[in-house]
Amino acid sequence: MTRVGLVLVSHSAKLAEGLADLAGQMAPDVTIRAAGGMPDGGLGTDFDAVSAALDEAQQGAGVVILYDLGSAKMTAELAVEMLGDPNTAVVADAPFVEGAVAAAVAAQGEADMDRVLTAAVTSGAAHGESPEPVSSGAEEFVLTNDVGLHARPAALLARTVAELNAKVILRFAGKQADAASVLALMGLGARGGDRVEVSATGPDAREALQRVGDLISRGFDE
Amino acid sequence: MAASCTVDGVVAAIRKVAATVEEHRDELVNLDREIGDGDHGENLKRGFTAVLSKLDNPGETPAAVLKLVASTLISTVGGAAGPLYGTAFLRASSAVGQETELTAESIVAALGAALNGVVARGKAEPGDKTMVDALGPAVAAAQESGSGDIAAVLSAAAEAADKGAQDTIPLVARKGRASYLGERSAGHMDPGARSTALLLRAFADAAS
Repeated sequence: MTRVGLVLVSHSAKLAEGLADLAGQMAPDVTIRAAGGMPDGGLGTDFDAVSAALDEAQQGAGVVILYDLGSAKMTAELAVEMLGDPNTAVVADAPFVEGAVAAAVAAQGEADMDRVLTAAVTSGAAHGESPEPVSSGAEEFVLTNDVGLHARPAALLARTVAELNAKVILRFAGKQADAASVLALMGLGARGGDRVEVSATGPDAREALQRVGDLISRGFDE
Repeated sequence: MAASCTVDGVVAAIRKVAATVEEHRDELVNLDREIGDGDHGENLKRGFTAVLSKLDNPGETPAAVLKLVASTLISTVGGAAGPLYGTAFLRASSAVGQETELTAESIVAALGAALNGVVARGKAEPGDKTMVDALGPAVAAAQESGSGDIAAVLSAAAEAADKGAQDTIPLVARKGRASYLGERSAGHMDPGARSTALLLRAFADAAS
């Protein structure tokens, strides 16, 4: 299956490249292209570089573009408008860093372009606010790996959940996190030996609980 | 005084604009330093220098020249002015179609299309302290002038744009980099509105 690609448009080459590294760490199979700075190394957004990155990131499943500041958005939108088929890419109004990481993880989980976009734009609200009512049973699991819900385990968990049609919520120490959001999961601060509560809603809720439970019991394969 | 403008006239006008941008580079940089990132003058100068290098082969029609300016600005300017002015020239190019000589009427239509393009691209409204505050009044003045003379239309537009740019001084920016400054953006002229007024003044001078 081809995955949705990502283009990161920034005024700064360093910022775009650093973010591509960060997001790529959690999404090894996603094509992420950085388009930052001007050809002379100065700050700015380079239309030609953005267009080239858009071509490279296109694997056939669409491209989601994230941007840092206003004019980067305009450059990105212009590049999309000038594509042969403007429906093959979309600009996400999302926090640059959190949005890119959330989009990368969703794309790694083979989400389609709309879902990758949604993952990006909802990433900013991921911390602590998930007021969904619990319609499936909640289960408690003890984290058996040493580091708990650190970056890699959190990414694995988000990826596991992304494949299913279910909204999965983790609760720990009075906080809750949407399991689709790596950053929200990491924000729980749950370590090895901690007890987390997992609940799920949606058609695949039961399957989601099962898979999350298995993943935790296996110590995230660490 | 002229009732129509050929491709050569458009090229001459663009050369005038490039010279104006070069002349006012430092002024635009300084305005942008006060409430932005300080690159507006340099970015526009880079863009129009690149435009100048291409004007020896401008194409056959006024639309082709405007499109050449658009794509060059988009590729070389870097800041917000690239996609904004690029879109403005692109829409103006579409508006004049395959006409070989622009009339006052087609210039009014091109200005209106440019404004619509800038608004669509930047999502700014009047009073947001952006180039819309110069271009909006300019389009209105051009439409109201009702003149069949190109110089009169552009002169009315330039005058309104200049006043519009002056009127951005007390405004608090709601779009663009200056909006991060909030109240502190008041008391400074918006560099984008200023450059829009300069461009229109150059067009008017070229037509007169």
